[in-house]
Amino acid sequence: MADKDKKQVGILYRIAGPVVVVRGLSARMYDVVRVGKERLMGEVIRIDGDDTVVQVYEDTTGITPGEPVENTGERLSVELGPGLLTSIYDGIQRPLPVLEEEMGNFILRGVDAPGLNHEKKWEFKPLKKKGESVKGGDFLGEVQETPTFLHKIMVPPHIEGKITEIKAGKYTIDESVCVVETATGSHKIAMLQKWPVRLSRPYAKKQAPSVPLLTGQRVFDIFFPLAKGGAAAIPGPFGAGKTVSQQQLAKWSDADIIVYVGCGERGNEMTEVLTEFPHLKDPRSGGPLMDRTVLIANTSNMPVAAREASVYTGVTIAEYFRDMGCHVAMMGDSTSRWAEAMREISSRLEEMPGEEGYPAYLATRLAEFYERAGMVVPLGTTKEGSVTVIGAVSPAGGDFSEPVTQNTLRVVKTFWALDAKLAQRRHFPSINWLTSYSLYMDGLEPWFAKHAAADWRALVSRMMTILQEEDKLLEIVQLVGSDSLPPKQQLTLEVARLIREFLLQQNAFHDIDTYCDLKKSYMLMKTVLLYADLASAALEQRARPQDVLSIKAKDRIGEAKFERDYETLLKEVQKSIESEIRALAR
Amino acid sequence: MTTNKEYKTIRKVAGPLVFVEKTEPVGYGTLVKVTLADGVVKSGQVLDTSDDIVVVQIFEGTSGISKDAKVKFLKENIKLPVSKDMLGRIFNGAGKPIDGGSPIVAKKNLDITGAAINPYSRASPSDFIQTGITTIDVMNTLVRGQKLPIFSGSGLPHNEIALQIARQAKVVGTTEKFVVVFAAMGITNEEAQYFMKDFEETGAIERSVVFLNLANDPAVERLVTPRMALTAAEYFAYEEDAHVLVILTDMTNYCESLREIGAAREEVPGRRGYPGYMYTDLAMLYERAGLIKGRKGSVTQIPILTMVGDDITHPIPDLTGYITEGQIVLSRELHRKNVFPPINVLPSLSRLANMGIGPEKTRDDHKNVSDQMYANYAEGVDLRGLVAIVGEEALSEKDRLLLNFAQLFEQKIVTQGRKEDRSIKRSLDVCWESLRSMPERMLTRVSPALKQKYYGGK
Repeated sequence: MADKDKKQVGILYRIAGPVVVVRGLSARMYDVVRVGKERLMGEVIRIDGDDTVVQVYEDTTGITPGEPVENTGERLSVELGPGLLTSIYDGIQRPLPVLEEEMGNFILRGVDAPGLNHEKKWEFKPLKKKGESVKGGDFLGEVQETPTFLHKIMVPPHIEGKITEIKAGKYTIDESVCVVETATGSHKIAMLQKWPVRLSRPYAKKQAPSVPLLTGQRVFDIFFPLAKGGAAAIPGPFGAGKTVSQQQLAKWSDADIIVYVGCGERGNEMTEVLTEFPHLKDPRSGGPLMDRTVLIANTSNMPVAAREASVYTGVTIAEYFRDMGCHVAMMGDSTSRWAEAMREISSRLEEMPGEEGYPAYLATRLAEFYERAGMVVPLGTTKEGSVTVIGAVSPAGGDFSEPVTQNTLRVVKTFWALDAKLAQRRHFPSINWLTSYSLYMDGLEPWFAKHAAADWRALVSRMMTILQEEDKLLEIVQLVGSDSLPPKQQLTLEVARLIREFLLQQNAFHDIDTYCDLKKSYMLMKTVLLYADLASAALEQRARPQDVLSIKAKDRIGEAKFERDYETLLKEVQKSIESEIRALAR
Repeated sequence: MTTNKEYKTIRKVAGPLVFVEKTEPVGYGTLVKVTLADGVVKSGQVLDTSDDIVVVQIFEGTSGISKDAKVKFLKENIKLPVSKDMLGRIFNGAGKPIDGGSPIVAKKNLDITGAAINPYSRASPSDFIQTGITTIDVMNTLVRGQKLPIFSGSGLPHNEIALQIARQAKVVGTTEKFVVVFAAMGITNEEAQYFMKDFEETGAIERSVVFLNLANDPAVERLVTPRMALTAAEYFAYEEDAHVLVILTDMTNYCESLREIGAAREEVPGRRGYPGYMYTDLAMLYERAGLIKGRKGSVTQIPILTMVGDDITHPIPDLTGYITEGQIVLSRELHRKNVFPPINVLPSLSRLANMGIGPEKTRDDHKNVSDQMYANYAEGVDLRGLVAIVGEEALSEKDRLLLNFAQLFEQKIVTQGRKEDRSIKRSLDVCWESLRSMPERMLTRVSPALKQKYYGGK
């Protein structure tokens, strides 16, 4: 026994930046170790004979060889339980406000802070009774975590047995609320669970995504829908409005929980998120949006190893809420910075580099990470839960052929191409409709047919065709001018303009236009296409093209975007379009 | 702990690195003194430490170091002595005074690595800094706590622009302390003379702290220079409540040194031979700009870098652009046309501009004017390409006006004197003078109320 204890401590042998070598430590891969006298947190990333290579989550300046390194025997884990929501963490789940209290405005090292508050007492209400049989994932009880969120307390995975004791009342997350008698003995269950971040949490069954994540943003919902449990990538070129798009998604998407990971981004930008999110109102409850949000902030100058860990911390928290039967949207901003952190650590390990210096396992890691998205049946409930991942990529020099973007596009099925040129033309949200795509269209078709309208997909396809055609025609127009086009093609250009201005463009800062439900989207589509059909018919009956193209009612479709009672308005507009065109035919 | 031993156990000297065998534990990143046979003392920093061998980078270069040089490990990190008296002084790249004055009596010795600001402790930047240069103030507004680099090319007048900003920068309407920290890395002696002369002639030196690392100074010292400058800046900002503007020139030289060290250590190179950790390394410098909740001072940065071959996708400008909040891009074409300052507004951007402008901060028409000029100038420049093919006669009246505006924009708005300090009001008025060359109805980005107020002229 004494011998075994001895092996848990090794001696620092070599230090070069965030990667250190330890001798005489018996450790498993990804064990968490405490480095040096200051007990800096680190993680084992390579074992080579007697040498153990550790990446350290804090600055290593001043650490000397010969200092002790202790193996905790645990893997890098997050604390899961009531108190997660409204929290602001760094990459390894240390709450930033607590760090500020303990070490001031700058992040110093050697300070440990648990992810959750261990003193606070929560009101626990049992959902199960003594004598009932439970298994991993079952809901034992619930806690009103924030005014809008009822936190389910679950049996930790891999525990199965009969409840011998369960009690209501106020408890801290460490106190036992329930005792389960299992085959191996009795287990005390507290509200706190720990889970290693690099391991995905178990579920009963994964399902094909078949329900859209509705965002209230027309360009996403209509043209490039994302499924709940799906994955999407957004490239974020300079000044294309990525931040506003992400905030709109956080605010309006029909996810129950938002996990936002700021990974290696700018400090001032993170501040914007950290200061604005707490002021954002949840349009559904009227309360603060933070009540269903977890923020993780690891800026570019914070330790690189913690940056590497931050996306795993985020996705593990997301999976935990998924297991309660919630729909979780996780945003990673930006996954390119995460990949760069991998590259940096890999080069410190002197690994053979792959493309552009990235490690050869880049594609595998990216795929593994995005695979943690998904629509699942959790262990303990029949209500489906999902994790939807929206990852931002920042291609170097705007070059999409670089490895991170390419490997990301291979695994995600929705691509929202933010375009700085559109932003400069004040087209918002500046999603390029020609380069974006969604492969969920087919899978979601039945859902839209059932919940929106039977001809939804047909309308969408038709509009996409018009937009594609416009792109081709515009090339000709640049050479010869629009007047020399045949009337039919002039009409196509006009209809495309209506689609761009009335459907694709949406004002995030307007009270009403900021959110658009499916019914409204559908009516807008219908009205635009009504004009297209009638105008086309009128042209065939030899109405004068300039008259057809300049009828007044069509421009009023746009007014409906800003109108609460859009139905009445659009019906009226449809009637005027009909009567105006009828008048021309005469 | 034992007292500092002296070793005579240098095993290998390679480029700027010295490999020393030792017996006592040596901390990573700590300071090292090397005494040569002729009594010359050099200093260095531990880059890699293990049980037996320590790798030291020597700031003054390794020339003259032999295997019997004496090595002493100092068990402390590199520190900069700071005090208020640093104002008006000139230091070398390693923080030693070179202006003939007395050494600084330290009020504090600060670790130059600096720590990351807790994102939760940061305050949002929102105060406008007037540089007196119209293209920056109106169209790429700089705010306190921002880092806004100048992307230049060799042979372009970025130094003049930097000096003009250093002289003129102020926060309008306050009497708060304003300090300029100027750090030059690898600039030529001639350039240094030019800087010093200008600083002294204009009196800007009195509110400045200058760090100079010249082209013939050791390359490794360049890695320390910006950290010294930022440490001094943080001292003035957070302990003396000053608003500090840090000008770092030329970051390209800094990155070259980084690459040199990487190569000497035989590291696996990343893109174009630069080390894989360059992003993090640059971030640790640039991210030291900012504002902290509850503290009065601020650190604003203007790093200057010359783009290799004018290539904006080169790793140095590319990684910089991903960390900084925008960029100001100089154009060789404008420079050839004799436009000063040759700032090309089209690829330039200030990501925080909207936080520093508006009725209370600058003027009510600021945003509209900026948008309008961007739109008109962009269209005007596009039309130049067309004119080259079809000739000016083929243009419509509207196109001709836009073409003319692009010309006016470069001649009247971008162009300004090297000593001309335009207030923001003056800058906006200059913009209106050119906007009036177009009929009112063509100014679609300006609201009718503002057009009524400003279009008519005074």
